Amino acid sequence: MRRLTPYLLALPSWMWLAIFLVVPMVAMASVSLQTGNAIDGFAMTFSFSNYGDAIGRYSTQLVRSLFYGAMATAAMLVIGYPVAYWIAFKGGRRKSVYLFLILLPFFVSFVLRTISWNFLLADNGILFGTLKDWGLLPDDFHVLATTFAVVGGLTYNFLPFMILPIYVSLERVDPRVVEAAQDLYATRTGAFRRVVLPLSLPGVFAGVLMTFVPATADPINAAILGGTSNTMIGNIIQTEYLTNLNYPTASALSFTLMAVLLVGIFIYARALGTENVLEAAAR
Amino acid sequence: MRGTRLGDKLLHVYTWLVIVWLSSPIAVMILFGFNDKKSKSNTTWQGFTLRWYGELFDISDLTVALRNSLVIAAVSTIITVVIGTMLGLALGRHRFRGKGVTNFLIFAAISTPELVMGASLLSLFVSGNVPRDANTIIMAHVLFSLSFVVVTVRARIVTLDPSLEEAARDLGATAWGTFRQVTLPAIMPGVLAGAMLSFALSIDDYVVTSFVNGSTITFPLWIVGAVKTGIPPQVNVMGTLIFGIGVLIAIGNAVAARRRT
Repeated sequence: MRRLTPYLLALPSWMWLAIFLVVPMVAMASVSLQTGNAIDGFAMTFSFSNYGDAIGRYSTQLVRSLFYGAMATAAMLVIGYPVAYWIAFKGGRRKSVYLFLILLPFFVSFVLRTISWNFLLADNGILFGTLKDWGLLPDDFHVLATTFAVVGGLTYNFLPFMILPIYVSLERVDPRVVEAAQDLYATRTGAFRRVVLPLSLPGVFAGVLMTFVPATADPINAAILGGTSNTMIGNIIQTEYLTNLNYPTASALSFTLMAVLLVGIFIYARALGTENVLEAAAR
Repeated sequence: MRGTRLGDKLLHVYTWLVIVWLSSPIAVMILFGFNDKKSKSNTTWQGFTLRWYGELFDISDLTVALRNSLVIAAVSTIITVVIGTMLGLALGRHRFRGKGVTNFLIFAAISTPELVMGASLLSLFVSGNVPRDANTIIMAHVLFSLSFVVVTVRARIVTLDPSLEEAARDLGATAWGTFRQVTLPAIMPGVLAGAMLSFALSIDDYVVTSFVNGSTITFPLWIVGAVKTGIPPQVNVMGTLIFGIGVLIAIGNAVAARRRT
């Protein structure tokens, strides 16, 4: 009986993961190789033409999504690293209060937060409307429906996911190691560059992983903050699935997106060195 | 030395600026719940009112959507916590075949983009002719919350000294008795953290839900649907109340945890 215990404990989750994660992926793979439409029915053709068609038709949005995702991730890294650094080394007894404030946005629904951000940026909203009334901005100034709004929204929405893992890795750095470097005549920047930064790289990797993938695939920011010229691949997949009922194309696009993201992560992991990477990612 | 102190001060100010930026949409949400709007749109400030707090449940589909979200979050959290805690225990305490595959699946479930997860579930339901409703939403929500519960419970289990459980058994406790009186209380903080996370993920989800909902509308789906016609202030009030309750629970939790240690 004792030997059976772990299997009995794992069984319900195994079934759930098999039925709702593994089988759907297989189902999607099969749909991506079919042709037909929702009215006349689909037929298995095992042709890969759906992939070619989908990528050809939506390459602009695919490239744009990766570009927006990469820009937002870079912005999060630049904005978030100093925050994580300051809280980890100078936060003192208030560390948990600062972390709580960083996590505050998560108590509000993602969708509602993005809409409030839309309010804030509205052409005649409380921020720009007021500045225009004071004559500080030209009347035709606008941010909504631009690349800047979408990338800014992605940066805003996923920033805490960048700050937290970097904070965790910096928190583990023993301050005495930095002191030792300085005793050995390293300058402040030298100690940071040669000691602190390398030790924080697993956190940076985890942060990039946790932000780049969801930011690139996110359909909400582009739908709410971008105009018609800023649609991302997420919006296309949603429309193809839910409005056009074009399941083969949509499935092919979903797999393409996953594949591109995996390749991106792989290249990034190689560039950074993979030693601590899987360990950091598993955390 | 003076230079370094100035640098620290600048970083301190900078950290607060980022915090203000992160909180600004929340401030806008709370503020516009008090906006005495006259026209249909709720984007400019037109005066203070408490009216929307009194008329909170006046938009019936919005109330239904909120209730759907709460019920779905509650049911999917219960399922997730039960099966996720079981798997967390298995992974943290036992050696068994398939452990590596299980860990991979847990990781895969966390790292699959929500969009792809939603799309693949729709493919499954369409291929299998499964009608989409609140049940399919619950199945999907359990799927994306499960890994988080497993990971938090497992993290708690591995820091728990196994000799405590052995001692209980040596003193004549049954396996179930040991679990109920020793293991479960010790891992309770992890289980509760997992439950809160799972509830929050469920009530917040738009992307996966939009694929598997059929004609069932949840709170985030209703909000996105209302963007074009204008978000009514009741949405802001509900958001404010959910925010307030969440913050109170988190603070209460932190205070309780501090008192325990």
